[in-house]
Amino acid sequence: MSDIRLMQGNEACALGAIHAGVRFYAGYPITPSTEIAEIMAEELPKYGGKFIQMEDEIAGMAAIIGASLTGKKTLTATSGPGFSLKQENIGYAAMAEVPCVVVNVQRGGPSTGLPTSPAQSEIMQSKYGSHGDRGAIVLTPSTVPECFRLAVRSVNLAEKYMTPVILLMDEIVGHMREAIDLEEERKAEVYDRKKPDCGPEDYVAYAPDENGAPVLAPFGAGYRYHVTGLTHDETGFSTMVPEKVERVNRRLVDKIENNKEDIVMWEETCTDDAESVIVAYGGAARAAREAVELLRAEGKKVGLFRPISVWPFPDKALTALAAKVRSVFVTEMNDGQLAGEVKKVIGGKVPVDGLFVMDGEIMTPQEIADGWKGANQ
Amino acid sequence: MSDKKYLRNDKLPHIWCPGCGNGIVLSALERALEQANVDKDKTVIVSGIGCSSRMPTYMDFNTLHTTHGRALAFATGVKLANPELTVFVIMGDGDATAIGGNHLIHACRRNIGLNAIVVNNNIYGMTGGQYSPLTPTGMKATTAPYGMVERNFDLCELAHAAGATYVARGTVFHAKPLTDLILESMDNDGFSMVEVLSTCPIGFGRRNKIRGNYELMEWVKNRAVNVKAAAKMSEEDLRGKLLIGRLYSEPAEEYTKCYDKIIEIAGKEAKR
Repeated sequence: MSDIRLMQGNEACALGAIHAGVRFYAGYPITPSTEIAEIMAEELPKYGGKFIQMEDEIAGMAAIIGASLTGKKTLTATSGPGFSLKQENIGYAAMAEVPCVVVNVQRGGPSTGLPTSPAQSEIMQSKYGSHGDRGAIVLTPSTVPECFRLAVRSVNLAEKYMTPVILLMDEIVGHMREAIDLEEERKAEVYDRKKPDCGPEDYVAYAPDENGAPVLAPFGAGYRYHVTGLTHDETGFSTMVPEKVERVNRRLVDKIENNKEDIVMWEETCTDDAESVIVAYGGAARAAREAVELLRAEGKKVGLFRPISVWPFPDKALTALAAKVRSVFVTEMNDGQLAGEVKKVIGGKVPVDGLFVMDGEIMTPQEIADGWKGANQ
Repeated sequence: MSDKKYLRNDKLPHIWCPGCGNGIVLSALERALEQANVDKDKTVIVSGIGCSSRMPTYMDFNTLHTTHGRALAFATGVKLANPELTVFVIMGDGDATAIGGNHLIHACRRNIGLNAIVVNNNIYGMTGGQYSPLTPTGMKATTAPYGMVERNFDLCELAHAAGATYVARGTVFHAKPLTDLILESMDNDGFSMVEVLSTCPIGFGRRNKIRGNYELMEWVKNRAVNVKAAAKMSEEDLRGKLLIGRLYSEPAEEYTKCYDKIIEIAGKEAKR
């Protein structure tokens, strides 16, 4: 049996989140993400879940953190300006290790920018937007079914690593309609947050598990502990002892970095015999895939490398690929934000060029193909 | 301090300065919780940022010390996600009325079942004495060296106008009545706010030539007039005074209960 529907990426994202067990949504309306809120408002109460439209973006972020501490899986969705407003509390969720998912359907910026046009200019903000050091998990879907799939995976990773996860969509995938087989997608595995395996008397809230993540009991379950955004030790209470401060800050980075093999995702197309590789992600990867076809038709041995987790970046896979090719070409709808990371990973072994577009228009396969040719004469 | 049932006695002594009103507020709250015999495991204490927001550290519950101004927004998530929990929210005057003003009026408007306590010491204490929206006009702060130039608002009137269904004001001078007000606020099934007129001898008193802790306590006491006594006083006598006691009690359906009805309606829609 299949259940094939035609739907928007935003809708697939909402349905994926519900499949993953999200039962609490708090947010604020903003284009081009609003459909996610609208669908959650309609669907969540059918599952006994809760939807609340908060007074601002900051409150939306705060409310999902509060709700998550009661044991619920939580999600909010926003776009550029709202993503900026949420940053302080995203940092709080990272520091207090409260799982939640923040969807950012990227539009043109800076500032109010282009509310109804696509961009990919929050690559760096999605990792470095809040103050302080920490690891970050950021996933970028490229198709409507992938919006569903990565919504599920975002929730799973948030619950497993006890951290906010950013589902970094863009206006292209958010608003485009495509076929999706819900029956098939709903086979996706769902991860549920760990519960303490000891009694309240032996419970240490921020003692890390084998992944480096704490096991936080739901508020109301009989385990009383303290949650703070202050730098804290394993008991959860604030500390300024240098060794303890270093330990928690290091762990917030390491619990992502040390589990990179479990988290990173990427896709390669036509890379087996490739002499050059195009790097693209999210909505822009759709045009890049077609550009590869155009160039292949002309006899150019070009492949596509698509990071699905932009953070952590699939560095090993790209390093392996870079050893086989003569050049790398990055296409993205910003001023080369991920290209910086690509250059860092490749370390000058092969030339890295790119096509960086900031005009609010979807780049065409021909533009990418022409750009590649210009760089690979 | 002797061992208290609802305190994390191992976390004491507290960080507050001598003469600070926070300890009196904490004691009043502890007494109220004890008299109400609340279940420690089913009660959550949320706070923002500032001196008074360190209070949950000393309280033996699930405690949530959040970001500056946002305590009510975090608490809204806690309460809506699990309405069985009793949720207290402790904030200072800067936290609740300046950076968190938007969340305050909307929590009032929704009438969500939270018990808010706003400790009003008329100043930003933790950062060293800058003016807050509740620093009385003309009085001094490090950022108002020539006197507070802005006007204030009456926090209780604001909360009432925004829709809070229980509003009271107490002081740290009147510790026993404060306990009673907090206890009474817990009976309201909806958004309750208790403003507590408090003292900051270092950040506020000293700078305003109210030198001793006793003198500052006296200053707080003299600003307050019991709401019942006020009924017999002239407008002139009441100028510059703040009413204390239960100011408003106007029960209305609580927000999470309203939302439960939405779940019921949506559940029927889904079955159709």
